[in-house]
Amino acid sequence: MTGTSNGLAVRTERVSRQYAMGNALVHAVDDVSIAVRAGEFVALLGSSGSGKSTLLNLLAGLDRPTSGAIYAHEQNLAGMTSQELAHHRSHTVGMVFQAFNLLPRMTLEENVELPLRLAEVDRAERPARVREAVERVSLAARLTHRPSELSGGEQQRAALARALVNRPTILLADEPTGNLDSVTGDAIMHLLQEINRSLQMTIVMVTHDKVRAARYAHRIITMRDGKLVPEGASDEIA
Amino acid sequence: MKLRDLTELAARNLREAVLRNSLTTLGIAVGVASLVAMLSLGVGLQELASTRLSRSGLFDAVFVTTQTNIRAFGGPPRASADRVSTQPARKLDEEARRQLAEIKNVVEVYPEVRFPTEVQFEGKPYMTTVAGIPASARADGAFDEMKGVFFSGPEAHEAILQIELARDLSKQTDSLIGKDLVLRYAEKQALPAEDSVPGRSKTNRSAANDSATTNTVSSDAPAAGGFSLVPRELKLRIIGVVETEPATGFGGFGRGRLLIPLRIAQNLRIAQPTDMREMLRGNTGKPTYETLTVRVSSPKAVQGVEDTIKDMGFGTFSILDATKNMMLFFTVFDSLLLIFGSLALTVASLGIVNTLVMAILERRREIGILKALGAADRDVRRLFFVEAGAMGLLGGVLGVAMGWLIGRALTIGTNAYLKRQELPPIDISSIHWWMVALAIGVSFFVSLAAGMYPASRAARLNPVEALRYE
Repeated sequence: MTGTSNGLAVRTERVSRQYAMGNALVHAVDDVSIAVRAGEFVALLGSSGSGKSTLLNLLAGLDRPTSGAIYAHEQNLAGMTSQELAHHRSHTVGMVFQAFNLLPRMTLEENVELPLRLAEVDRAERPARVREAVERVSLAARLTHRPSELSGGEQQRAALARALVNRPTILLADEPTGNLDSVTGDAIMHLLQEINRSLQMTIVMVTHDKVRAARYAHRIITMRDGKLVPEGASDEIA
Repeated sequence: MKLRDLTELAARNLREAVLRNSLTTLGIAVGVASLVAMLSLGVGLQELASTRLSRSGLFDAVFVTTQTNIRAFGGPPRASADRVSTQPARKLDEEARRQLAEIKNVVEVYPEVRFPTEVQFEGKPYMTTVAGIPASARADGAFDEMKGVFFSGPEAHEAILQIELARDLSKQTDSLIGKDLVLRYAEKQALPAEDSVPGRSKTNRSAANDSATTNTVSSDAPAAGGFSLVPRELKLRIIGVVETEPATGFGGFGRGRLLIPLRIAQNLRIAQPTDMREMLRGNTGKPTYETLTVRVSSPKAVQGVEDTIKDMGFGTFSILDATKNMMLFFTVFDSLLLIFGSLALTVASLGIVNTLVMAILERRREIGILKALGAADRDVRRLFFVEAGAMGLLGGVLGVAMGWLIGRALTIGTNAYLKRQELPPIDISSIHWWMVALAIGVSFFVSLAAGMYPASRAARLNPVEALRYE
């Protein structure tokens, strides 16, 4: 979808994120520079604690880097105010999580409509946008159901519909198949692939599943202990 | 996020934790109810006192006398109220009475007629004080709860007994109504001037006239030649018994025990103790008054009328100062009630803080999701604000209703007690629209203030940490 003059949807420049844990300083992301082209499907691969989810949160604007720069369509997230970051999360990126993170009190329709409320989309326009999003994930028949009435796969598809409803240019997925069985996980991966192809949407997906990453992503970026693993040295990561 | 969306989300959140939010709202309602009940009690008592005192006829009256008399009343003149006129002292005569009647907002001007005398009832003599009552006194309210009726006309030979005199006349005071009594008094009759009497000086008497203030009304005031006293009797029909003592003039309110129509009292040409002094000062025979009562259209107009009368060269007295003191008392009283009422509201506002802080803990993950989906800190803050405001608004409305009920209950309870004491019912609580608006407004803004800390805390929540929260 939308790119920039250099064709990059998102890139980081020597970005680091450190946490203080007691007296120790944890380098969750350490001097990482990556670049993702517009329309590219990239898998961020790594084991637990490798820093991949932290990097994804930084790309989403949910977290701020300790140092370095993060560019989404050449806009530096590190220099943005919290209001501008909220706008970035609302309009530029869509997010899906391992735990789906649907609001249990709301129906599927209300969950999908929520980002439209936050983005102050005109009320008259909302029903069509919701329908478009749920039809893309084949859940049009379940609009009035609450998350507890949906299967895990359906919940993740609902979360995908919610992520797509504001028509973002970048989709960030954090272990989207982590809570699903293999068949349902494959279905979700197919769906992500289809979205990437049909909408030319940039996708950055965090996973520790090397097989799926290799099967569906255009490119794999591997992380270990907060750092990037050079290409060719990542075979040992499982 | 737009206000409508915020409101819908807030309403949804409030419905989800309906029991806890209802209890919090009820807490606010109880706080507001105590505030409203205290306030309505304070205002109700104030209105009760004001109404009762206004009905006494004192608050819309200015008592006029000559400047010389008012200064001799004791102590220095009131610095704030006395406007010292540069004009010479004036007589309170018919001309002055006419001029006073022409002042803007003056409804009526009448003299004070009050005199001690003897009445005979069923063959027995009783000493008492007679007071002339103007027809306008009927509207004062002092006679509202009297037994019997008011005077049928300005010249009716009728009498209303003050309860103390009535008790002297009979133990069964009600039985007095319809019976007759005889008023015995001394009437003045003027004598012709005796210019030939050796040693008398007309010049001296004339000089004295300029500053003399004659006594109470005397349509046939003693001429320069003096007067004689003639015993008279007047039969009066008792038509009523009154417990409240109506105002009859400057310094004299409540002293009349036998009340008769003012015109009748004036026509009696009663000899007064001051007549001798006036005769010695050599009155020209022109009727003058010691005091006049000026009835004003409303208590608010009293100050203006009083100032005008002082500019005319008369001394005045009104009960404005007493009113001011009463208002001061009620202001302090209301403030105390307000403080006690506010304490309950303060406790209730802590309930809001507690509820919303608990809500943050429970909805931590939800806040993280909202932020991940694009909610700004401001949106989260406003969401909590709307929830706090909604509880405040609802609590305010409920509280006003409860406060009104408490006020009604207090009135009903008080009246039940008064009824046992054979006293008339009163309304001790009073709720005005401004009070309703104030209570709901205070409840709303106190709730918003209480929601400030939780809302700010929710807005500052780190979305990454919030999303990890289980």
